[in-house]
Amino acid sequence: MVRYASRADSVGHTPLVGLPTLSPSGTVRLWAKLEDRNPTGSIKDRAALSMIRAAEADGSLRPGATILEPTSGNTGISLAMAAKLAGYRLICVMPENTSIERRQILSMWGAEIVSSPAAGGSNEAVAVAKQLAADHPDWVMLYQYGNPANSEAHYLTTAPEILADLPEVTHVVAGLGTTGTLMGVGRFFREHKPDVRVVAAEPRYGELVYGLRNIDEGFVPELYDASLVTTRFSVGARDAIRRVRELLELEGIFAGLSTGAIVHAALGQAARAQQAGEPADIVLIVCDAGWKYLSTGAYHDSMDQVEELLDTQVWA
Amino acid sequence: MAVEVKIPTILRTFTSGEKAVQGDGSTLLQVIDDVEARHPGLKDRLVEADALRRFVNVYVNDEDVRFTGGLGAPTADGDVVVVLPAVAGG
Repeated sequence: MVRYASRADSVGHTPLVGLPTLSPSGTVRLWAKLEDRNPTGSIKDRAALSMIRAAEADGSLRPGATILEPTSGNTGISLAMAAKLAGYRLICVMPENTSIERRQILSMWGAEIVSSPAAGGSNEAVAVAKQLAADHPDWVMLYQYGNPANSEAHYLTTAPEILADLPEVTHVVAGLGTTGTLMGVGRFFREHKPDVRVVAAEPRYGELVYGLRNIDEGFVPELYDASLVTTRFSVGARDAIRRVRELLELEGIFAGLSTGAIVHAALGQAARAQQAGEPADIVLIVCDAGWKYLSTGAYHDSMDQVEELLDTQVWA
Repeated sequence: MAVEVKIPTILRTFTSGEKAVQGDGSTLLQVIDDVEARHPGLKDRLVEADALRRFVNVYVNDEDVRFTGGLGAPTADGDVVVVLPAVAGG
């Protein structure tokens, strides 16, 4: 069914496409779930819509309200379109070291941007947003890191779509940021097909992003429950860039940088299965397309050049 | 050959500014103890009550040790251990 009553209703229902060239064999197969095919071009449309609907339903979000959200980009962009259509004002707190395209798109949708310091990355954005929320109690912070409606979107839509399209699924590999995708998918499969391996791919940034504050001031999203994940990999910028290029060259998929990290982890799982002689059907999430990362040079500059540029950026 | 341990900026006060140090051991805990012998104080920043501190993530060859045995995670010559503070995404 490809007819929907409205733009909002068209969120989700994304295609799952085989990756015959990247797959190691006919029995160890990779599949890409194309989340860039959502209305604003990323998987975050699912979480944003779900959080807004939940806040409207419980009365915390009323007509004319101001929404505040810490974001490194995609969640803000998803919220911005929804806010524009519903008449909310949106303020995004975003680290200053994110790609220019994210700022341009947020502005295009009418969002206001408060920049947080580069050092400390998204941890700083969360801290700044929490302070702003305390100063402006009438603003509504949906808070993707702790909002159950975030992971619920994936429990109710992303994961059931995967199981319906690929009942033989053995692995799902997704990015770890807010942990919303992994928590929703993990909970769904624990209930419906508990042998599915849920694998997290986490971007490993340059030193600047980790900041210089005390190590006890780190951040773990309130949503995170490690028991819902099978394992977790840290993927650096160089591997992520290499993999987005492979995905483009071999499968014709133009994906963003966090997807590169996910492809890297998925190929690791595929190699393990192949070596063990076990059949596998591995779903990897394509979080967004590459448009927002063109200015980084990720698709055409030399690897060394891109790696150096991304070293100070929140690139995923 | 030994295990290479990459140290985040905020903990380099314990390693005289070194970005990476060498350690020996067949588990993560043995490697940490070995490194602690030359860089005292580091272990206390990583370990609390016989487990990793909440906001410290440790990876052996890029896999999060919390899924491979925690402090008991196996290590071998040539492995790379990365220590990082927990950060947000999204």
